[in-house]
Amino acid sequence: MSDLESLASDAVKRALAAGASDAECTIMEGEEFSSSVRMREVESLKEAGSRGAGIRVLVGKRGGSSYTSDLSPEGIATMVQGAIDLAQITTEDPFADLPDPADLGSRPEDLQLYDPAIEEMETEWKIAQAKRAEEAAFAADPRIENSEGASFESYTGRRVFANSRGFVGSYRTSSCGLSVSPVAKHNGSMERDYWYTSGRAAAKLESAEEVGRRAAERAVRRLNPRKIATQKAPIIFEPRTARALLGDLFDAVNGGAIYRQASYLAGKLGEKIAADALTVVDDATMPGLFGTSPFDDEGVICRRTVVIEKGELKSYLLNSYSARKLGLQTTGNASRGITGNAGVGPGNFYIEAGGRSPEELLKGLKTGLYVTELIGGETNTVTGDYSSGAAGLWIENGELAYPVSEITIAGNMKRMLLDLEIGSDLEFRGSIASPTLLIGEMTISGQ
Amino acid sequence: MGLSQSFFAERFGITERDLESYLSEALSAGGEYADLYFEYLATTSIGIDEGIVKSATEGVSLGVGIRVIAGERTGYAYSDDLSPEKIRKAARVAAHIARGPATILKTGFEEARRHNLYPMLFAPHETGLTERVELVKRADHAARAYDKRVFQVQATYADSLRDVLVATSEGRLSFDRQPMARMSVSALARQGDGAPQHGHSGGGGRVTLDFFEKEKTPEHFAREAARQAIVQLDAVDAPAGEMTVVLGPGWPGILLHEAVGHGLEADFNRKGVSAFTGRIGQQVASPLCTVIDDGTIGSRRGSLNVDDEGMPTQKNVLIENGILRGYLQDKLSSRLTHNHSTGSGRRESYQHIPMPRMTNTYMLAGESDPEEIVKSVEKGLYCATFGGGQVDITSGNFVFSATESYLIENGKLTRPVRGASLIGNGPEALKYVSMVGHDLQLDEGIGVCGKEGQSVPVGVGIPTVRIDRMTVGGTAA
Repeated sequence: MSDLESLASDAVKRALAAGASDAECTIMEGEEFSSSVRMREVESLKEAGSRGAGIRVLVGKRGGSSYTSDLSPEGIATMVQGAIDLAQITTEDPFADLPDPADLGSRPEDLQLYDPAIEEMETEWKIAQAKRAEEAAFAADPRIENSEGASFESYTGRRVFANSRGFVGSYRTSSCGLSVSPVAKHNGSMERDYWYTSGRAAAKLESAEEVGRRAAERAVRRLNPRKIATQKAPIIFEPRTARALLGDLFDAVNGGAIYRQASYLAGKLGEKIAADALTVVDDATMPGLFGTSPFDDEGVICRRTVVIEKGELKSYLLNSYSARKLGLQTTGNASRGITGNAGVGPGNFYIEAGGRSPEELLKGLKTGLYVTELIGGETNTVTGDYSSGAAGLWIENGELAYPVSEITIAGNMKRMLLDLEIGSDLEFRGSIASPTLLIGEMTISGQ
Repeated sequence: MGLSQSFFAERFGITERDLESYLSEALSAGGEYADLYFEYLATTSIGIDEGIVKSATEGVSLGVGIRVIAGERTGYAYSDDLSPEKIRKAARVAAHIARGPATILKTGFEEARRHNLYPMLFAPHETGLTERVELVKRADHAARAYDKRVFQVQATYADSLRDVLVATSEGRLSFDRQPMARMSVSALARQGDGAPQHGHSGGGGRVTLDFFEKEKTPEHFAREAARQAIVQLDAVDAPAGEMTVVLGPGWPGILLHEAVGHGLEADFNRKGVSAFTGRIGQQVASPLCTVIDDGTIGSRRGSLNVDDEGMPTQKNVLIENGILRGYLQDKLSSRLTHNHSTGSGRRESYQHIPMPRMTNTYMLAGESDPEEIVKSVEKGLYCATFGGGQVDITSGNFVFSATESYLIENGKLTRPVRGASLIGNGPEALKYVSMVGHDLQLDEGIGVCGKEGQSVPVGVGIPTVRIDRMTVGGTAA
């Protein structure tokens, strides 16, 4: 057992000795680095590490939680006592419990979450990556005259978990990422966009030149936008914006929203809720990805769950609490920081790729909107109502014709899910991933 | 209060000599400026869900952030361990940004002037836990009692106390003790077998428990959340397209935060990437609009005695009678542009580099009667409450989402409509303000502003205003 694993187990034992009937302890430590460059000069460098511990106790059916950044024996003792004191003021909750011991466990295979090369990266090399990305953006087009800068960030950390049902485990993670935000100017119009690359391993990054070139292309194609007329039209979400929509769908299958009946998908298990083309999966076991982990944040072994299969709602995503509330099994999706009751979070939550390329989806449209940016949007998870600010490109006769902005798009998720086609270009750039999506009709609000 | 009576001296034995030695270490490779930000944050939160107090959490975090400025460059490091060795090590990491001979630190500190905006009767940890639990129970009860169609209630109460110490290489020393408390309530209502609807309310500020007993009670927030959910039961689809919009007083001031405030933060303007860059002295709003950012209002959520760089906060005029007057400056941007700090340097915690941020942003009251404003509109939308908002600084396009709004038909509020986003362009939108009410209201104290991954508490406010043209993003085209 590592030092931090012992520390977590000791905190659990200490809680039991102090009167808790159950306890679970999380410890996190991490080292972060970030560097930013703007107009070819270094703008900032940041480097530091920190640690924290948190505990949740049950005294009978009452819960209490606390956390500290002080991992000394006194700090841990104060934390444990704090949680036990708080358990005196909460109410008995018949569903409060830890996961069933049969569900606890850690995936044995190497999930490739940690790359030692990230700790070896030289500061000068990281700064050079950011400089190259910004330079590539400037070189890509003369209309890129300014920049909000480029940054290179890296992180290494460890998550440790122990509970009073006999679970002790930990895993290391690493990540690094490069991003650049060029500003394009032409004929009185100024537009900014960005591109980025990130990965758990250094070797997963796209080249700095590719990142800079794509960011520049994106900024330039937004210049001198038009505002279009209010109308109903088909809408294509490119993968970056489709992902935001899928994030909203995650909220609707989150077990916490289901047991409160705060989701438009509550009570729809086994029903057809989406087009046949739609299959949505949550898989925390895919090696090397951001949503992957050996166990969830309450020690339950991670797995693959089919959420929607060919349009039929197959499963919600659950932690042990929401599973008990709904009379179902946990799906290993418990998520929390270092303390408190666990919520529900995604593993790798994605839409399975369809058969048509994004170009084919585009070719089929006489007119429509290709959305490249969403701002300020939100889905009302209770009703499914969706409305968001948007910018993108207007489609005419299957081609991207001209940029549009200062418009909104709106619809209802219940209808949108039944009226969609799926592109073939699935790529994992975060824990939520979607290929290009085509929604048959939404309301665009403009002039 | 001198350093010796301050929290960090009493608790961790930190002396002026320590501070000088850390700052010298930070400037050991050169640089013009360095500062230290010590932070000790204690938090408590309690939540009720389904009538059961399911969660109660408390905790502490502490650390020190060390910054070195060399020209346009910033070096930053932090430590969550306040031992001298660890702080010196962090200072040396931050020092790497500069590449020269050491800068000689002038010795001695002068205590900075600060406001006294949030005197505390009792600090949060001096009041009992049971009193706080009572608040969420009362909220749960009141929301359910408001209407029998309310079937689900969640309420949380959270408070915190942050002690900070800022010491700079210019010899400035500032301390502050910053309380914060907030209640929030959300309710779901359903009519028969119909679809549920959601309502949300909350508020607080740099206040402690007594505020929720004497000024804004849990019942106040609970009834408001329940009322909004009930109103939504009768809502029709929101309209789509350009129309006249009337904003109600208070939280709809988020319009100013998004449309104007962010675009006036000095970092964006120094870099020339804001839609407001180079527009000082120009008309960017109708002459009826005067917009202020004021960090000095007593007990408000966005207020601070000193900002997170140790400078006293100020009342800053952003737009005066429609003319753009100034930007929000922090230390770095004001140094580089030869301006003064406007007390706008803020950061989320000791782990973060400060940047220019808003505090409480609002529009001064005008002369119109709010009822007359609604009566003046033949067809349009009245927005009473908003959710969140966002802005693209460079294009100036901003969005905010109306969670409670009504159709205006022939000068009267008629049907409630479902949630919708509204979109506009920062330097243009306020030019269409044609009436400003005399009913300025600040919001109830629930705002969180995000920028470059850092969240800070803010306030907003606005009187009733009429905007002749704005795009409303509903589905009823």
